Amino acid sequence: MSGPDEIDFAGYSCPAPLRDSSQVILGHGGGGALSRELIETIFLPAFANPQLDRLGDSAVLDGQGCDVAAALAGGGRLAISTDSYVVRPLFFPGGSIGDLAVNGTVNDLATSGARPLALTAGFIIEEGFAIARLADVVDAMARAARVAGVPIVTGDTKVVERGHGDGVYINTAGIGVVPAGIAVGAEPIRPGDVVLLSGTIGDHGMAIMSVREGLAFESEIRSDTAPLHGLVAAMLAVCPAIRMLRDPTRGGVATSLNEIAAAAGLGVEIEERSIPVAGQVAAACEILGLDPLLVANEGRLLAIVPEESAAAVLAAMRSHEHGLAAVTLGRIVAEHPGMVVMRTAIGASRVVPMPIGELLPRIC
Amino acid sequence: MCLAVPGQVESIHAERGTRMGRVNFGGVVKEVCLAYVPEIAVGDYTIVHVGFAISRIDEASALATLQTFEELGLLDEGLAELSGDEPAAAP
Amino acid sequence: MKHLSEYRDAETARRLAAEIRRSATRPWAIMEVCGGQTHSIIRNGIDQLLPPEVELIHGPGCPVCVTPLEVIDRALAIAARPGLIFCSFGDMLRVPGSRENLLAVKGRGGDIRVVYSPLDALKLAREHPDREVVFLAIGFETTAPANAMAVKLARDQGLANFSMLVSQMLVPPAIEAILRSPGCRVNAFLAAGHVCSVMGTWQYPALAERFGVPIVVTGFEPLDLLAGILAAVTQLESGRHELENAYPRVVTERGNEPAQAVIAEVFAPADRVWRGIGPIPVSGWRLAESYREFDAELRFGVGDLTAVESSLCRSGEVLRGSLKPDECPAFGRECTPRTPLGATMVSGEGACAAYYNYGKARSPGGEGSESR
Repeated sequence: MSGPDEIDFAGYSCPAPLRDSSQVILGHGGGGALSRELIETIFLPAFANPQLDRLGDSAVLDGQGCDVAAALAGGGRLAISTDSYVVRPLFFPGGSIGDLAVNGTVNDLATSGARPLALTAGFIIEEGFAIARLADVVDAMARAARVAGVPIVTGDTKVVERGHGDGVYINTAGIGVVPAGIAVGAEPIRPGDVVLLSGTIGDHGMAIMSVREGLAFESEIRSDTAPLHGLVAAMLAVCPAIRMLRDPTRGGVATSLNEIAAAAGLGVEIEERSIPVAGQVAAACEILGLDPLLVANEGRLLAIVPEESAAAVLAAMRSHEHGLAAVTLGRIVAEHPGMVVMRTAIGASRVVPMPIGELLPRIC
Repeated sequence: MCLAVPGQVESIHAERGTRMGRVNFGGVVKEVCLAYVPEIAVGDYTIVHVGFAISRIDEASALATLQTFEELGLLDEGLAELSGDEPAAAP
Repeated sequence: MKHLSEYRDAETARRLAAEIRRSATRPWAIMEVCGGQTHSIIRNGIDQLLPPEVELIHGPGCPVCVTPLEVIDRALAIAARPGLIFCSFGDMLRVPGSRENLLAVKGRGGDIRVVYSPLDALKLAREHPDREVVFLAIGFETTAPANAMAVKLARDQGLANFSMLVSQMLVPPAIEAILRSPGCRVNAFLAAGHVCSVMGTWQYPALAERFGVPIVVTGFEPLDLLAGILAAVTQLESGRHELENAYPRVVTERGNEPAQAVIAEVFAPADRVWRGIGPIPVSGWRLAESYREFDAELRFGVGDLTAVESSLCRSGEVLRGSLKPDECPAFGRECTPRTPLGATMVSGEGACAAYYNYGKARSPGGEGSESR
């Protein structure tokens, strides 16, 4: 590269070069002054918290806004999770890669009953990616972190050569603590257990489809991306020994239910009439020939609960902002172990298989 | 080859000389080619396959069909009751 | 959704099913020809509502199932060309050719794009005048008007970088071939409603008469299919064999004449090899002479590519109704939805895939559904 993007490191003394360069260049990932500048101009102001501001190589979680010791003191257990986010497009109706990167990892922690305490964020950015766009992604991520109440305490930035990345990829890892007395999954799933679903399905996947080249359509469908640890806490408050929690993401509710059936070695039965699908999501699925059960979600929960607690947990869900449309989806049965069977609206039944690979629209 | 979905025509315009329309499917709107339904008007329903309207939906015919369904079931349930022969319970 | 949800009413479905139960006094085998009908039957469990006397046989009405192997191989050869943009409906991406499928070619760097409409492929040709854009134009008569319009507009707009790989198939010759095949058990047909909305119903009375089979045109929602099955059973029970239109809100006797006119202009009759069935004369369409410059087979010189079917695959017998999927030795072993050998396992509504996914619920060890 030549011109204004060529930086004289030896003569570097002020932040001006960053503002001259509107694009991310390899030097921004080099760990030197350019990296520092990117961090100080883009990341720090957005994520602003005491740990991060220290800019150590790692973050010591010693009480300034994130006291792990205190959380563990009463018998809590550490939980850790990681996930990488590669969604395209980066911005879509209802959210962005930044929202997914925060909420996805927060939800992974939440489904084991953990209260999320802190997140890390690793960025892999393609050379030539517009810095203004990076700022948009980071701002969205910061907003999501604030809404979730979980700070991003340390991070990393790497830049790869043009053509080797797809704009930006994000990895987040999360640390949480499972409070004493909470024991998700301590008791095995058994026949008679109830399957609860926290809200409408297919919103995220169809929001992405609505802006996908070759398939796009106009609608008011928005991604359902949301942090669910508050909802989980409300559910655990009435039933500390929920058998299992899952957030159905890629592959939809069908994939999660099949995984649950396989893990439990039992069957799952669901009622087609109970499945909540927003009107426009259903219409978009009709047009593209997609089954809402296979479409991705980013802000929904499946819960397997003992029969005697089901009503109370459902009520707790419906009192929470992310569980307003919660329903009883079905139950665990001894029959057809490992398989998910749906009772159709006309009173027949069919198997709900795991989808194979990517969800593709059909004409046939 | 058969996935065609009913939608309502919201507006009609021409694009490079081809008759196109905005069709509303339960709240989702897509641009659809209306070249094959020259008789269609705004407010009509049509079935759309791969971005093309291939037939206007005849409302009167649709109503008549639904009416037939209504009458069919009721009539036979009445007969069944009379002869004491109940239809099999649904699975 | 209006004109959709009304035809899914559970109570009415049960009443129609009860009526079918009351009407059938003898065993009848009814074949639905369209993949969309098969999908709806399986997805809703419609066949479970039928009495044991009424058997549904899934016919060869899915372009995924019957597109000839060499067409897939030709598509793969074209799609692999550097710089070329290859557009296709989603259904075709997983269909195996002699060795691999379009997804594999995409994995190696092929620029393969899923589109909802052939007009999306045309748009790409406009946006990328320096690149060849090829559209895989498969389908039955329902899709022909769209495919024909795309290439007609390409010519009108001078899009020289656009071309189509055409594999259009026709339903009536397939029905006739099935009726002529030895051991044909089919007593009546459910004809494809959307194919007929384009072509009309005028081609079918002669078939019904010559072979003595009722042919009922149906829609795709549960009530449409049940009403169609009831009409077929009623005809069979009373010894009639006529063409009956059970989808009058969308299907007329003459069909869509503007669409037929464009089809006649752009396409010409062709012999076609049906995967799993074999060659059926004059059973498809190719591009007419005046449109040959848009023929991707000619432009990219892949017309000579021939293919060899797996010797293990018996999808032909399945498509004709003479073999049940679980009677095939390869079923569930060499041939699964993940590793399909042939057409009927690739498509979600292919009979073999349906059996694989759904049939497990019916097997003696499993419950959760009514067994037939």
